[in-house]
Amino acid sequence: MEPQRFRVTRADLVRYAGASGDFNPIHWNDRFAREVGLPGVIAHGMLTMALVGRAVTHWAGAPDAVVEYGVRFTRPVVVPDDDDGTVIEVSAVVKEVTGEGLTRLDITATCGGEKILAQARAVVRKS
Amino acid sequence: MPVTRGRVAGTMYFRRMPLDPSFVGRSYPPTAPYLVGREKIREFAAAIGALDAAHHDPEAARAAGYPDVVAPPTFPIVVTMAASRQIVEDPALGIDYSRVVHGDQRFSYTRPVVAGDELVCVNTVDEITTRGGHDFVTTRTEVRTAGGEPVVTAWSRLVVRGEG
Repeated sequence: MEPQRFRVTRADLVRYAGASGDFNPIHWNDRFAREVGLPGVIAHGMLTMALVGRAVTHWAGAPDAVVEYGVRFTRPVVVPDDDDGTVIEVSAVVKEVTGEGLTRLDITATCGGEKILAQARAVVRKS
Repeated sequence: MPVTRGRVAGTMYFRRMPLDPSFVGRSYPPTAPYLVGREKIREFAAAIGALDAAHHDPEAARAAGYPDVVAPPTFPIVVTMAASRQIVEDPALGIDYSRVVHGDQRFSYTRPVVAGDELVCVNTVDEITTRGGHDFVTTRTEVRTAGGEPVVTAWSRLVVRGEG
């Protein structure tokens, strides 16, 4: 899978909060985020997982291609309060193609050169 | 939140008790059905920039063999996160939600969620461990249609951060 870049701004966090129903203030309120020891507002882990899932789904070629998908969130993605936001970079390598036609992917996601996910894996039925 | 209470040199202190591992294996009653709306799928897909026609256009979805617009793979979190509040807010278990961080997330799909699905969740506590002063709770949410057809299973590992 070709590496892909996803820009994430505060507006994206607001949109994701509304669409997902996750209104945890660490994703929109700097004051609250700092009170709980974060450097500032951070992206929803599930937004990162969704962006990676979008990249994998698109690569696999069908909306129902993903059979298994899991990640560990290892580092928060801080999203500054400006027009540029931050950038998440996603890449994946094929680890195995099984006899049943399933493809196992090992996924890497970084932000500012630091890994933000561990054990990020998907099993897809590539069309 | 279960706490022990004591007094050291005149100062009251509270120490959080580890979560009770006897909750492992406990299942909760099925949730009320969640009716998946076409506009909700479109809204979610737009929020993550998933612009493929199958997520937005019912005709394109039907042409590709689906009954209606197809949800992106992480869409089930909309349903499962709300459903798993049964566990997170169970006063008998006593998770302090203000200290919860999402550790891991995994999905295993039987088929994608499509608009029109009525989804019922059954939550189970899969694992509770305590390490380094933090509690780790893995919840498993089995998502089926109201008719009992399996759709997706979601596992969430929550980290309940210890104090300090």
